Amino acid sequence: MSAKPLAMRDAFLERVWGGMGEDESIFFTCADFGSPVLDKIREHYPDRFVNVGIAEQNLINVSAGLAIEGYKVFAYAIAPFITMRCYEQIRVSLALLSVVRPMNVNLVGVGAGYSYVVSGPTHQCYEDLTIMRALPNFSIYSPADHITAAALFDECLGRNGPKYLRLDAQVLPALYGDRTPDVRRGFEGHRGGGEICLLATGFMVHTALQVAERLAKAGITVGVVDLFDITGFDEAALLTALRPYRGIVTMEEGFRGRGGLDAMMFNLAANREGLAPILNIGVEGAYSFELGTRAELHEQVGIGTNAVFNSVSRFLDRVSNKIHKTGQGS
Amino acid sequence: MESPNLTEKARWVWRETLRVNRRAPETRVASSLSPVEIFVALYYGGVVRFDAKDPRAEWRDRCIISKGHGSICMYPILADLGFFPMAELERVCEAGSFLGGIPDPVIPGYETVNGSLGHGLGVGSGVALALKRKKSECSVFVVAGDGELHEGANWEAIMFASHHRLDNLNLIVDDNRISMLGRTENIVSHGSLAARLAAFGWHCDEVDGHDVEAVRAALLRLKSLADGKPKALIARTVKGRGVPTLENADLCHVMTVKPEIIDSLLGPLP
Repeated sequence: MSAKPLAMRDAFLERVWGGMGEDESIFFTCADFGSPVLDKIREHYPDRFVNVGIAEQNLINVSAGLAIEGYKVFAYAIAPFITMRCYEQIRVSLALLSVVRPMNVNLVGVGAGYSYVVSGPTHQCYEDLTIMRALPNFSIYSPADHITAAALFDECLGRNGPKYLRLDAQVLPALYGDRTPDVRRGFEGHRGGGEICLLATGFMVHTALQVAERLAKAGITVGVVDLFDITGFDEAALLTALRPYRGIVTMEEGFRGRGGLDAMMFNLAANREGLAPILNIGVEGAYSFELGTRAELHEQVGIGTNAVFNSVSRFLDRVSNKIHKTGQGS
Repeated sequence: MESPNLTEKARWVWRETLRVNRRAPETRVASSLSPVEIFVALYYGGVVRFDAKDPRAEWRDRCIISKGHGSICMYPILADLGFFPMAELERVCEAGSFLGGIPDPVIPGYETVNGSLGHGLGVGSGVALALKRKKSECSVFVVAGDGELHEGANWEAIMFASHHRLDNLNLIVDDNRISMLGRTENIVSHGSLAARLAAFGWHCDEVDGHDVEAVRAALLRLKSLADGKPKALIARTVKGRGVPTLENADLCHVMTVKPEIIDSLLGPLP
């Protein structure tokens, strides 16, 4: 996969299209939502493509029916609609039914966080990590670039079970390309060293890298980890990676304190000795109908580069003071 | 193969369903008595092809029981047909049993998760589409209640099935006209359900849902139709059929039947 920036959906769908040529058991369903690459799928594999219309409940149920008959299904729609519009169907026909009936269904949602910038809160998606994490047998993937998104296709195809991919709607810079992200491990470290580590997912990995860059200019080193497999990451490996730090910052483009990445980190840290204090960065406050660029919207809700830089700086002070007070500082 | 006397079989299933309910009063009895003849016709009338020893055999017809809670009458049927031992009927709702108050696909013979209403027809449409694509001759049957058709997801599936010409899909509506809080016509009326389904591009027949031979004949006719239209059979039934305290009582869905009443209905053991 080229490191030239590309929309995640196009990178992922290109792999699906390629896969459909080799594997006749792949079926593609969508709820009246497209992409340039999708046109190839529609044209080349009309027998294994179905658009159910603007009907996400039926999208899930039809996908479940196809899947229990042996098809590996990729269901495609806008992120808030393929998760929240049809959550009961997801719970009953995918999460529950897959306990008894083997199935491979992959929900591909486009529009993570604020990526539909001007569309407002109906089309933005800040709750999906929370509600999908509530389903104990669902896999959740949240890639930060198109290289990772494309690489996750192999995981989706090769592993049974219900899964959810949250893809950004915008073209984001490639983080990988010269190397392939380790999809089995579920995370990649981008910077190491320093006293704190920024553990980010999706778009926020880019914000984390920008904040790390600014801190580096001030002579402060921080670690950055891209966690793209929210449910199946290698726990031991992540704990090993985080243990040297004196502070951990979770960063998500979703509501803070509502059960998303922040809760995942708390759950990971609970009952484990030696993990550092945790700061959560996420969308603050309630819904907003404000218009602005994605960067402006992010600043308003506390997840923009400036906001994160300030929060992280304060957290660094706190962590450092604690270190000095307890005499653990170097 | 000579089909068994379906009327006698339906009578036996009705009795066994009451017996199950006597032991496990948590089961929904009224909505499980209205579809007795539907399930007897499907399973004893040569309509649904199945293999009790291999419930997921590829050649089977897929029978999706969407009104899950209202299908306790399937417990004696599946046991009688050999899907599981008859002794299991003694343990309904007990710890360790797979026969719960609402049937789940851990029960041999159940295809999908049911009882949470309005899912069977959508999943059944996906199964029907898959069978078409696999060039399979198998049919899909979905049994739903008329109250359940208030769930909008059904109508998404109804539109989908006719558009995709799923003529291997058969919907049977247990049209007992009563949901939990009363008569569906007073809650949100379906008007003429047959006319509505026809307007959506479906074949639609109606039948007396307690005339088991008529139900069987209607189902066999429906199954044989393959002209591009999905098919529905509206079976006019009585909720709580055969139990005077339940029959036509608006709130019969949530009513229990006293053990002594069941005993008097069943009469002395033969």
